[in-house]
Amino acid sequence: MGLKEFIEKSFKKSPWVLHYNCSSCNGCDIEILACMTPLYDMERFGMVNVGNPKHADILVVTGTVNTKNKEVLKNIYDQMPDPKVVVAVGVCAATGGVFREAYNVLGGIDKVIPVDVYVPGCPAKPEAIIDGLYKAAEILKEKYEKMGKAEEVLK
Amino acid sequence: MIRMSEKSTIPFGPQHPVLPEPIHLKLIIEDEKVVEAYPAFGFVHRGLEMLVKKKDFNQMVYVVDHICGICSAMHGQAYCQAVEELIGIDVPERAKYLRVIWAELHRIHSHLLWFGLLADAFGFENLFMLSWRIREKIMDILEATAGNRVIISVNVVGGVRRDIDSEQARWLLDELKEVEKSIKELDKIMRNNYTIKQRTVGIGVLTKEEAYMLGTVGPVLRGSGVPIDMRTTGYAAYKDLDFEPIVEKDGDTYARTIVRVREMFQSIDLVRQAISKIPEGELNVKIKPNLPAGEAISRVEQPRGEVFYYIKSNGGKYLDRLRIRTPTFANLASLLHMLPGSTLADVPVLVLTIDPCISCTER
Ligand code: SF4
Repeated sequence: MGLKEFIEKSFKKSPWVLHYNCSSCNGCDIEILACMTPLYDMERFGMVNVGNPKHADILVVTGTVNTKNKEVLKNIYDQMPDPKVVVAVGVCAATGGVFREAYNVLGGIDKVIPVDVYVPGCPAKPEAIIDGLYKAAEILKEKYEKMGKAEEVLK
Repeated sequence: MIRMSEKSTIPFGPQHPVLPEPIHLKLIIEDEKVVEAYPAFGFVHRGLEMLVKKKDFNQMVYVVDHICGICSAMHGQAYCQAVEELIGIDVPERAKYLRVIWAELHRIHSHLLWFGLLADAFGFENLFMLSWRIREKIMDILEATAGNRVIISVNVVGGVRRDIDSEQARWLLDELKEVEKSIKELDKIMRNNYTIKQRTVGIGVLTKEEAYMLGTVGPVLRGSGVPIDMRTTGYAAYKDLDFEPIVEKDGDTYARTIVRVREMFQSIDLVRQAISKIPEGELNVKIKPNLPAGEAISRVEQPRGEVFYYIKSNGGKYLDRLRIRTPTFANLASLLHMLPGSTLADVPVLVLTIDPCISCTER
């Protein structure tokens, strides 16, 4: 396999996932972690949880944005290489959810960064999260194809 | 010329792979040793205490349930107990027992979660997977009995919302037997494994006096040999159940791990006792729509330690003030005490040894 095919294949078949907890209640975060454990096993779709934004293709965000972490979120998003997909997990990340009326909450994360997939639920079930991630992988593939050929990425 | 012992500052977090939550520490490092550590907060602050102005006291139960996803049932319980004390009503006995059952199930799942994260922090990924696999059984029990996996929202002011019937209780006990067997295996690994001992024995030592003076709570305090456990004050149905606070003497990370593992067995035992003693009866009592004026407190032992609720009401539907002191807040002082002098490689283990829950702390 040449380098080009390799990049193409790994983009489509094994996106890497970065998780950031904006200001969630932990409920959705532990469900995302549960997705990686033996019962749900996200890794069978080739998805690996990574800690470095520069390695990641999919950004999974839980919780609402507040005045302090919106910079952090933007920063992480900007560091990720194109093409990238954002998944908002939980109603918090979608709209602000339970915390919507609290004084330090700005609302859903789409106030700060563009979101591609919303996973509802409070907390979202692992099955739903995996479904959302699977959608995200498809969107990533589309975005990648739109962006151009692998040679151009390599340039 | 570069001097070798120059100090450098390393930021730890807010986004980092050890903990799912954003904790931020500024570490001043000299020759791989931490000299000083400064925490920075506010990444998870939402302002939940002020929501009392917008949600009435019944709706607030749902909000406090969402302070933390890991011990949500205990937050609801603590809040409801405070409001019940303010109103001056007595909760039906059956509701008290059900609260104990759900609270203890939460403790088991929280400790298993923590155990996995600790193992992950020192690179023992296998053990992380193992303890989270055991945890899924508890999640199944919670889903079957309360309707949701993580945030179960079973408490209401005046009692509980759902019941566990005898058939379900029997099934629950069968599942717990399996869980107990798996935790025994975990216990064996923990007591014999070289890697775990290498990374935890003698790390983050707090003497009995230090732990007490720094105001630590929960397993951190009990790991240093102080037998303080809020459950012994006898709230809910704990006064009728038979248990002793679990104490270890050494005060290091290993001792805290043992405390938590032994607490899991204790919780299983408490669930069994509660199920065997649970009386028949009502689930909740009717309450008046308006609160009397006054103040009340409640103290509940969460997996991480004591949580303290204070409420104040001027009458009417809305509370005037809600104040929560969470266990992680109490334990942070001890973390900052343990960090100086440790090596950089031990920082993740030390952060996890207090079992931090940032979303509780910042609310
Ligand atoms: S959606 Fe619900 S469970 Fe998820 S972070 Fe928000 S409050 Fe917590």
